[in-house]
Amino acid sequence: MSENTTTAAPAARAGGPVLDIEHLKVTFATDAGDVRAVKDVSLQVEPGEVLAIVGESGSGKTVTAKTILGLLPETAISSGTVLIRGNNVISVSAEKLRRIRGEDVAMVFQEPSTALNPVYTVGWQIAEGLRAHARDGKKPGKKQARDLAVEALRKVGIPEPERRVDYYPHQFSGGQKQRVVIAAALALNPGLIVADEPTTALDVTVQAEILELLRDLRDRYGTSIVLITHNMGVVADLADRVVVMYQGDVVEEAPAARLFAAPQQDYTKKLLAAVPHLGRNSASAGVTERAGRNAEVLVEARNLLIEYPGRLGSPGFRAVDGVSFSISAGEVYGLVGESGSGKTTIGRAIAGLTRISGGSLKVLGYEMLGFKERTFKPLRKDIGFVFQDPAASFNPHLSIGDCVAEPILIHEDRSPASVRQRVAELLDAVQLPAEYAERFPHELSGGQRQRASLARSLALNPKLLIADEPTSALDVSVQAKVLELFRDIQAEFGFAALFVSHDLAVVDMLSDWVGVLYKGKLVEQGIGSQVMGNPQDAYTKRLIASLPVPDPQEQAARREAHRALVGG
Amino acid sequence: MAKQSLIGRLPVISHLNKSVGLQRGMLITGLVLSGLFILTAIFGPLIAPYSFNQIGDANGNFPAQAAPGGTHLWGTTVGGYDVFSRVVWGAQTALEVIVVAVIMSIFIGVALGLLSGYLGGWLDRILVVVADAIYAFPTLLLAIVMSIVISRGQSSLWGGIFSAAISITVVFIPQYFRVIRAETIRLKAEPFVESAKVVGASNLRIMSRHIYKNATRTLPLIFTLNASEAIQTLAALGFLGFGIEPTSAAEWGFDLNKALADATAGIWWTGIFPGAAIALTVLGLTLVGESMNDLNDPRLRGRRRAGSAQKPGAQKGGPAVQAPQPAADAEARNQA
Repeated sequence: MSENTTTAAPAARAGGPVLDIEHLKVTFATDAGDVRAVKDVSLQVEPGEVLAIVGESGSGKTVTAKTILGLLPETAISSGTVLIRGNNVISVSAEKLRRIRGEDVAMVFQEPSTALNPVYTVGWQIAEGLRAHARDGKKPGKKQARDLAVEALRKVGIPEPERRVDYYPHQFSGGQKQRVVIAAALALNPGLIVADEPTTALDVTVQAEILELLRDLRDRYGTSIVLITHNMGVVADLADRVVVMYQGDVVEEAPAARLFAAPQQDYTKKLLAAVPHLGRNSASAGVTERAGRNAEVLVEARNLLIEYPGRLGSPGFRAVDGVSFSISAGEVYGLVGESGSGKTTIGRAIAGLTRISGGSLKVLGYEMLGFKERTFKPLRKDIGFVFQDPAASFNPHLSIGDCVAEPILIHEDRSPASVRQRVAELLDAVQLPAEYAERFPHELSGGQRQRASLARSLALNPKLLIADEPTSALDVSVQAKVLELFRDIQAEFGFAALFVSHDLAVVDMLSDWVGVLYKGKLVEQGIGSQVMGNPQDAYTKRLIASLPVPDPQEQAARREAHRALVGG
Repeated sequence: MAKQSLIGRLPVISHLNKSVGLQRGMLITGLVLSGLFILTAIFGPLIAPYSFNQIGDANGNFPAQAAPGGTHLWGTTVGGYDVFSRVVWGAQTALEVIVVAVIMSIFIGVALGLLSGYLGGWLDRILVVVADAIYAFPTLLLAIVMSIVISRGQSSLWGGIFSAAISITVVFIPQYFRVIRAETIRLKAEPFVESAKVVGASNLRIMSRHIYKNATRTLPLIFTLNASEAIQTLAALGFLGFGIEPTSAAEWGFDLNKALADATAGIWWTGIFPGAAIALTVLGLTLVGESMNDLNDPRLRGRRRAGSAQKPGAQKGGPAVQAPQPAADAEARNQA
């Protein structure tokens, strides 16, 4: 391998699969006994191939990936074989394993900000792998290591690599950091890269760039990639072959095109059906006028300004900058944007969790500028809030029944029996059995907890519901059910809702009216299907074009369109 | 996962259940030593043959500095006290001081920590400065000053115990304050506290219902670690002569002080026994505290090797988990 230079054609690596996993089993020791995370997995990766391992949380996909690099914790035992160029990773010595890592197989992590050490320059970190793997018995000199690092940065498309090789990680943006991580993985020119959710922590527009880069690396250098992801859009965009995992077993294995066109197993069919697909199942399909135009206006923002104070001497950070919008009774307003766009801040400001700094925000007729908790409190019963992480938004020491009853106890004077009855009604409305009132939050699954969270927010029949990324912590199949429930309940109760999400497809499924935020400014708003189908603003166009759809053929066409948009 | 019984979820017992190997050994040693200490303290009057201030019986005065054996199991001191009885009675004094000191510091520390962390602002700043100032004092010196102020040189049984306990309390309050305040500040930003705020819960309700229980999870741990520190402080006070007079109660530190002169004269029994009592009690409590600390942290906790539960005779886990884990479990693991 060492004589393989960067110009080596994919064919030069030929001769059997790069990675060959046979009957891999991984068991973890936990307090609750043994957990068999991977039950029996066999798969091969051919040279120059992108193999995607998909599955929901708990399917064993990440454990499988970590086994490839021998990164399992001490509490795990594994059996079977994981062959990388003839070496069985499970049984080799620690010294041999160290040589395999980096030279034959490298890893790209999920969160680029934590995968890089903040106190060293990126050049140093890329060269670290080179120093660790002395070739021909001698380590590369300082100058040589630097040249190699510059070369690696150039390969992954970092502009001005000669200068930026001396930068520290914090001087790069999130997407560039992930490029640096990929550069470090490529430094020794390994035949195989294991990418564990490489784009999950990134925004859609950045994700599109990283996927482009990974595809480019495969085409140019013939590197095989094992892509671990839960995002079917990413799979459709990049993968040649797909392995679907469920509860530690391989459910289905097929070329990407065939898997999406004709899934064989029930689980795969269910999984694919649950993935939201932009442009299908839109809540506002065929709508030509705003639904709530004649209804009472519940929330009205005019030139809304929200700043977070800076440190002494430095100016504050303007999270929301001159945003104007209104939410009418009975309407679902979808607010989309990437991280840092200010969408969550707006939701929190409406609920009185964040103070506004300027402009005007009227919530149920109450002016939030100069807001006082005491005078706002009576209005709180008309506002429900659903938080992003259902696990964290319940007090772990209170039962679900107590949590759901809390708003009732605070705002209404009812007998304990009638409170219990109301809780049972609410749980029934969100399709949870009434016995669940006795359970504690950790005894429920993520989807059930989010249902309970919805029940709590509806406890007082609010006029307005604020949902802050309510499904982004859930698996796709669970997300689909929660979204359906949300839609049904909204139709039944008729409350107005502000639905905040980064996921365009999810917003489109629920919202009548959609606003797109970019760096604190509302760049476009309109009827959901029109914004998604025919965006006017340049940023909205780019955002929608970067979103991968779960269909390889459609995605290939979209990719071309995206390239044309970014290039031109 | 089957719901554990209430007993199985109590702090020390749940720790014992999930420990293995060396950690289990350490915890059990600590529990045995601490248990012995507590039992001795409770049943001291029944165990000890004589009273702590008894220097004679029907047969006249006890011999001074008698070697161990005969009627005086561990010998007698220069003042004619029975060493064994003094050591047994001393356990009672030590336990009383620990209980009073730790309970007072827990109540005050937790209340101040909650208020300071949740309300923030000027109250928080002042309390933190005061706590830091107390931290900055050498603890023993502070305890000495406090004991002089409180007892005013007089030394009755409860006067002595309270002066020792309060001086320890003053030193410990900042520790509880700091821990609870840090937890409160962390919890304040948790979504479940925000969700209580959104539904309009009052500050008092949020503090008492949502933060208090979640913030006090680490208390059993600090309790055991502080208990051993309390004994050391008490012994040091007694050793330096600020403790309790021998006529009011038995006190290990005081006995050690009186045994100083004996040590060079070859009279070992007056010093060894109270000294060993201090060392073993502190060791026991520290072992319990340290093992609990390790067991609370999943990264430090040792586990049985995976697969070993399949062997017959394994105590915990029973048969290997064959059935698929409930969805809730799998999900919770992944979100963690």
